[in-house]
Amino acid sequence: MLGVAGAVIILAWGAVAALAPRIAPHSPLQVDVLARLKPPSAEHLFGTDSLGRDVLSRVVLGARVSLPAGLVVVLLAAAFGTLYGGVAAYAGAKVEEVQMRVTDLFLSFPPLLLAMAIAAALGKGVLNTIVAMAIVWWPKYARLARSLVLVQRSLEYVEAARGLGQGGGRTLLRHIVPNAIGPVVALVALDVGNGMITFAGLSFLGLGVVPPTPEWGAMVSEGQVLIEQWWVSTFPGLAIFSVVMGFNFLGDALRDWLDPRG
Amino acid sequence: MGLRYVLLRVVASAAMAVAATLVVFLVAHTVPADPVLAQLGDKQSANPETVARFRARWGLDRPLHEQYGIFLARLARGDLGESIASRRPVLDDIRQYVPATIELATVAGFLTIVIGVPLGIAAAVRRDGWIDHVARFLCLIGVSAPTFWLAFIVLALFYGGLEIAPSPGRLDVGAGAPPHVTGMFVVDGILAGDWASARNALAHLVLPSVVLAAATIGIVTRTTRAAMLETLGQDYVRTARAKGVAERGVVRRHAFPNALVPVLTLAGLAYAELLAGTVLTETIFSWPGLGRYTYQSALAVDFPAIMGVTLLVALMYLAINLAVDVAYLVVDPRVARR
Repeated sequence: MLGVAGAVIILAWGAVAALAPRIAPHSPLQVDVLARLKPPSAEHLFGTDSLGRDVLSRVVLGARVSLPAGLVVVLLAAAFGTLYGGVAAYAGAKVEEVQMRVTDLFLSFPPLLLAMAIAAALGKGVLNTIVAMAIVWWPKYARLARSLVLVQRSLEYVEAARGLGQGGGRTLLRHIVPNAIGPVVALVALDVGNGMITFAGLSFLGLGVVPPTPEWGAMVSEGQVLIEQWWVSTFPGLAIFSVVMGFNFLGDALRDWLDPRG
Repeated sequence: MGLRYVLLRVVASAAMAVAATLVVFLVAHTVPADPVLAQLGDKQSANPETVARFRARWGLDRPLHEQYGIFLARLARGDLGESIASRRPVLDDIRQYVPATIELATVAGFLTIVIGVPLGIAAAVRRDGWIDHVARFLCLIGVSAPTFWLAFIVLALFYGGLEIAPSPGRLDVGAGAPPHVTGMFVVDGILAGDWASARNALAHLVLPSVVLAAATIGIVTRTTRAAMLETLGQDYVRTARAKGVAERGVVRRHAFPNALVPVLTLAGLAYAELLAGTVLTETIFSWPGLGRYTYQSALAVDFPAIMGVTLLVALMYLAINLAVDVAYLVVDPRVARR
């Protein structure tokens, strides 16, 4: 039930992002000083911000940054982490030990802080923030993939494949990965929302987009002192909240389905 | 046996701490295209004398491993560099801001445990009952709402709208801080017998700590539930029930103690997560702690400050995990034998 609701929310937001320029009622960048900080009305359903820009249009266009950013981070991290963990489980004790210590090292930093430090070092910008996040995001996938591959590796069908003369890399890709991928997919589904919140958080901290590009986290930040003009921060925040909830609903359902033990 | 286990954990944590300094060093000295610019900022980099002094101080003209040696030697003396923004040693800044953050994170951690654990137990005991459904829904909301937005919403609602919450900040405007002992106003207020200050500080803690705890409560509830479901299905629980132990006793004496290991692991992680979460919460609640300091440092690209805080929090993270590892001994003595 909740899983379907989650999928619907995600699809709806996907459609909004795809059609953004067509459905936005105003230009997201159009400054109108005379109409600044107007409360929600028929003309501006979500009101206007401190520069008189239409909040609804900025939320709609913001979907084009906020949605893909979290998704890209998690997919990049999952791809790299899974490969890394898979190789570790397969490479023999010494290499594995070194690889897993490196993983532990990354896990000993709070992700938000380390991503923030790296993003600050790389400089402002969506791409840099995505790179910074991916750097701190992969270790949990490495750990999970390693444990999954370790289990699979000892099973008979893998021995059979090796016995038939198949090489290590080929066995890993053709046999082990397809059999071990379920929990990874479940983790990805649960993690995308997390990635979006973190990206928005970094943006909120001033590290994501360069103004005046509309992005949800940055928009909440712009309105954070405007307690009287609650609409400036509330609507972009609601956008993040709803899409993250969609992914968490879907992820929760997917995990029950793909990884019943977890 | 227990001592050997503790020693091993301490040594491993110390090794990780050293490795953490290496990561911070590498990020600070090799990631930015120009470390001088990143650390000094635009204005100071324009002055060749300052740049030369900076290069000499941090040995930027020498090979990387020597630079790391210099970095470590300075670190051992507590020298984390100088903040670009405040022009003070980063360590002094941190020392000033850390008590406010510890106070906030501790209250949030307390809320996480006293709400999350009982809720998780109740959800597991009454599986698929209404408590379980409500708990699941609340948890999903808690982990889905971005901290910085939730902070804004509760502030706009309870302070701006309903006017039942105190203003942002640690005390009412104009109220004096209690005499400094720990820097945590509630504790200092109680120590000095200054009840008005203690109560004032506590009232100001309510909203930020609830916001900070929202996500971790969700995570702890879910983990407690999963761990309890696991132990409630074990043979010894069935045995206890068969012996005629009351359900209350089964949950308290048999199921819960055995579910503690995963809960404890997570509580440690959650506390560390809370420390990091303060970056977003403190910013909105004008909480003069480490989190807001980090935020302001990020805005100003105050590199030494960011790296100092990152290193410090990583060390706290390690210390917390070490404490959790040692606590396993009490909860489950078998860990020492592994």
